[in-house]
Amino acid sequence: MFSMVKTVLLSMFKRPSTVSYPQKAKINDPLVRGQVTIAIEACIFCGICGRKCPTNAIEISKAEAFWQIERFNCIQCGCCAEVCPKKCLAMSSELTGASAEQRKDKYSRA
Amino acid sequence: MGKRTIVPFGPQHPVLPEPIHLDLALEDETVIEAIPSIGFVHRGLEKLVEKKDFQEYTYVAERICGICSFMHGMGYCMAVENIMSLTVPDRAEFLRTIWAELSRIHSHLLWLGLLADSIGFESLFMHCWRMREQILDLFDMTTGGRVIFSVCKIGGVRKDIDEEKLKRIVDVLNNIEDELRSLTSVFLEEQSIKGRLSGVGVLSQADAFGLGAVGPMARASGIVTDTRTLGYSAYPHVKFNIITAQEGDCFARTKVRIEEIFEAISIIRQCAALIPSDTLIAEPVKGLPKGEYFARLEQPRGEVIYYVKANGTKFLDRMRVRTPTFANLPALLQTLKGSELADVPVLVLTIDPCISCTER
Ligand code: SF4
Ligand code: SF4
Repeated sequence: MFSMVKTVLLSMFKRPSTVSYPQKAKINDPLVRGQVTIAIEACIFCGICGRKCPTNAIEISKAEAFWQIERFNCIQCGCCAEVCPKKCLAMSSELTGASAEQRKDKYSRA
Repeated sequence: MGKRTIVPFGPQHPVLPEPIHLDLALEDETVIEAIPSIGFVHRGLEKLVEKKDFQEYTYVAERICGICSFMHGMGYCMAVENIMSLTVPDRAEFLRTIWAELSRIHSHLLWLGLLADSIGFESLFMHCWRMREQILDLFDMTTGGRVIFSVCKIGGVRKDIDEEKLKRIVDVLNNIEDELRSLTSVFLEEQSIKGRLSGVGVLSQADAFGLGAVGPMARASGIVTDTRTLGYSAYPHVKFNIITAQEGDCFARTKVRIEEIFEAISIIRQCAALIPSDTLIAEPVKGLPKGEYFARLEQPRGEVIYYVKANGTKFLDRMRVRTPTFANLPALLQTLKGSELADVPVLVLTIDPCISCTER
């Protein structure tokens, strides 16, 4: 009985255990694998990342010099960032936002 | 003789986080037989080894199940490492043990919450899950993922935990230990919980042995079994007790799991103190695997077996997982016989079913 009253009182005056997202932004640890980012100037379009990606989310064309990612096929494993020989891929801690459509992001060196 | 009916239970049911279907043959309110059917979430992950490079398959192995994801990756890696005679650096073994035990804590806390929920104790459910959230935050901080870590790789691990973070882990665990003490008294002393769990679904020691139960299910029936004693990873360096109970009922299974959380906390503390300070956390992989191996390890739900057969190319011939829930299903059907219909949800829950690993 006593412990119940204690818990009730504590819970009344404690801050909530949850973050009231989206009013308050959720700040992720820099280590969090949110989404893949590319520094397209450094990319040599070798295609290793696309071949190693477990879900085949990346499409690369050497001829047209573009690198394209299907955002919602990506499972944020970080494999591509690990194998890239030029280290131009990185995992940023920002998450891919929700969307009703498939989102293809195309980066090309103009 | 009472009135006989058949009541379908699942695959969609409020207490079931995952789909399993049971046809319950009832006589009045008593279950006389339960006929299971599984196969709702089969994804063919075992077949995928023929298409995926064995190193990349680690990412797939981790996704067999969302609760013991780390241990699935670890089991697969252990099997391949043994085929290739790779020695994992000591620090990596300790890191793996820390993550594995953190997973055990989070899995057991999740289960305690679900149990409270299944008997209608909502606030207790919330408290368990609030505590579990702190563990998930630790995962976020050390691996970069809350559920799927992607830190295990063949030959070692990808990320290191530095001193500061190790200290943080121990601090959080100290906190959780205190909070858990008060929750333990609710779980083990509260009359209404006792009433729902004691004497329900008794699995005798002989039955548990005969039907091949594993993990907390077997331990709650008085069988001393724990794959961690085989001494894989860093387990030979730490001391821990194998928690058992004699009663074999739902209450005993709850007790075993709660005490295992305390045991896991103590293992992590020992690991944090003993971890060697070298910087090497992964051995480079050279060559291709050829041969076969059985890896056994202890997941939160019991013993899991990984069989890997490699043929000297980068694609494996065969990979097979024998998951703990699969091994516990016969024991579940046995305990269901003669139980009351109202107890079925609690009973199904006390084996801690993980259907997605059962069906892969
Ligand atoms: S691996 Fe790196 S350099 Fe090669 S295509 Fe991918 S992003 Fe470009
Ligand atoms: S993070 Fe993984 S899934 Fe996503 S693009 Fe890179 S390799 Fe593919």
